[in-house]
Amino acid sequence: MPILALQNVSKSFGALKVTDNVSFDVPKGQALGIIGPNGAGKSTLFNLITGNIRADGGAVQFDGQDVTRTPPMQRCLAGMGRSFQIPQPFGNLTVFENLVVAATHGQNLAEAQVTEHCANVLARTELLGRANQPASSLSLLQRKRLELARAMATGPKLLLLDEIAGGLTEAECDALIDTIRAIHAEGVTIIWIEHVLHALNSVVERLLVLDFGRIIGMGDPAEVMDSREVREIYLGIEI
Amino acid sequence: MAQDVTFRVETRTPAARIAGIAALICIVVLFALPAFASRSLIQDLFFILTMLVLAQFWNLLAGYGGLVSVGQQAFVGFGAYAMFGAAILWGLDPVLAIPLAGVAALLLAVPTAFFVFRLQGAYFAIGTWVVAEVVRLSVAQWRAVGGGSGTSLPRDVIGDMLGLALVQDLFGVRAAAARDILAYWLAVILAVLTIGGIYWLLRTKRGLALASVRDNVEAAKSLGVDALRMKWLVFLTSAFGTGVAGALIYLQKGRISPDAAFSVTDWTAIVIFIVVIGGIGTIEGPIIGVLIFFALQSVFAGYGTWYLMLLGAFGIVIMLFAPRGLWGLFSDKTGIQLFPIRRRLIVTGQDGATIREKDNG
Ligand SMILES: Nc1ncnc2c1ncn2[C@@H]1O[C@H](COP(=O)(O)OP(=O)(O)O)[C@@H](O)[C@H]1O
Ligand SMILES: [Mg+2]
Repeated sequence: MPILALQNVSKSFGALKVTDNVSFDVPKGQALGIIGPNGAGKSTLFNLITGNIRADGGAVQFDGQDVTRTPPMQRCLAGMGRSFQIPQPFGNLTVFENLVVAATHGQNLAEAQVTEHCANVLARTELLGRANQPASSLSLLQRKRLELARAMATGPKLLLLDEIAGGLTEAECDALIDTIRAIHAEGVTIIWIEHVLHALNSVVERLLVLDFGRIIGMGDPAEVMDSREVREIYLGIEI
Repeated sequence: MAQDVTFRVETRTPAARIAGIAALICIVVLFALPAFASRSLIQDLFFILTMLVLAQFWNLLAGYGGLVSVGQQAFVGFGAYAMFGAAILWGLDPVLAIPLAGVAALLLAVPTAFFVFRLQGAYFAIGTWVVAEVVRLSVAQWRAVGGGSGTSLPRDVIGDMLGLALVQDLFGVRAAAARDILAYWLAVILAVLTIGGIYWLLRTKRGLALASVRDNVEAAKSLGVDALRMKWLVFLTSAFGTGVAGALIYLQKGRISPDAAFSVTDWTAIVIFIVVIGGIGTIEGPIIGVLIFFALQSVFAGYGTWYLMLLGAFGIVIMLFAPRGLWGLFSDKTGIQLFPIRRRLIVTGQDGATIREKDNG
């Protein structure tokens, strides 16, 4: 049974159709990559999956439940963890407290386990050294790591990552890949929107290409990358 | 990671430890004060303490919950009238009717919340004020408690008040002075419970959720925080506490009228002034604010309208030059917090890497 299923999901902002009749399934435990040009509707698709935006039409199923009308809070509790493309830290809270919010409200973790759990997530995302700094003092790259850490702290079954690898050095990018692989190896389903293709393709098993709100390709990453449509539209390469 | 690494959370700071001891001493002194102090000092302290309670609850509402209400007088008046009603109609002891007044305010807060939670920003503020006016006009129709011109607590009700005889015996004072002392002691208890309760709340996971909603509601929701439930929690808690304070204020006054009990100036505008000059979003702020307000009032109250204009001007100056209030200014400069809520992660048994307290790389 797929952990996530979208059926004919649509969303328009005014006259602009940003999500156009999108349907796809994600099997439990899969790592799915999403690519597409800027403005293709990738982040909007995430918002529709997590409930931050209501779909105009269609249905979203998560873990066997219809969640089309479920608010984001309940979707988080049901096991969706997400990062925001533009980091949304709780600036007046420390990095550690940002995670405590996620761990105490995003999952039913006993208070006694919260500290250990959050500290471990901070260690995995290399933020432990900054645990007691206010989140507002972090650099953009650190804020992106905090997005990942906070989503992980909710103990998700499905982790949705929106462009977290941009601007990293090669070493940092390799470390990030290792972290995401390790999360994936624990059985967490992952959907990852990313422009850094080598990072994405070294993790995901399946690729989805979005353009003007429509799915224009989906399947094995190598095959999808090779397809004429993707090369033309996404990479802008004339063949 | 190595096996021997352990983590724990620390919130206490040295300043807070000193503040805790000072607070204990302060509470003991406040309780003992009627033995030495004059009646007018007791009355002044009663005023300060009850305004402090109102300010703490408004601060919880606006400073922590982001709910800028200008209709808290609805709960002051409704609580006070509930106490008068219970005492006059049912013959209930006014002291025992005080918690009941809190419940009455709570009951009023439920339909109020359904209405005002549909409104955003300025409309929310106006909505709360409209509710307060409607309640005032309705209460003014209530003949049994004097309608529009108000009423007094009956002599026998006051005379038999719980604890009054005890206070009279203890200090050898007349009934009127004994009532002031009794009300004052209740105000000390209420202020301690209020500050202690709010501090406790802010340190729980709900307090952290409140802070997260204040910072970024969209992110908070996506991390499982029930933002709406937080709003309810804060609104109902504030209504209850404000209703209790209202009942206590009018127990001491002994006389009530709709215009006084639902006064937007006395129970909301001044309360906002206190919170804003002291420092919104901190527990220390309202404490500083109420002391400054009392000092200003003592000096300038004789100047009539000029006094209110002076308060307004003072408030504006503070807002311009210290947007986080006087305590915020002090706290930012010194780093001192008397009621710390920050959870610091302490790592022990880890060689080498330590947690930076400040950003130094
Ligand atoms: N809240 C919104 N209101 C109006 N237009 C929006 C909103 N969010 C996104 N858009 C528009 O929808 C399109 C898709 O945006 P987005 O999903 O962020 O794309 P991507 O993540 O693929 O770059 C863009 O043209 C963007 O300007
Ligand atoms: Mg995007």
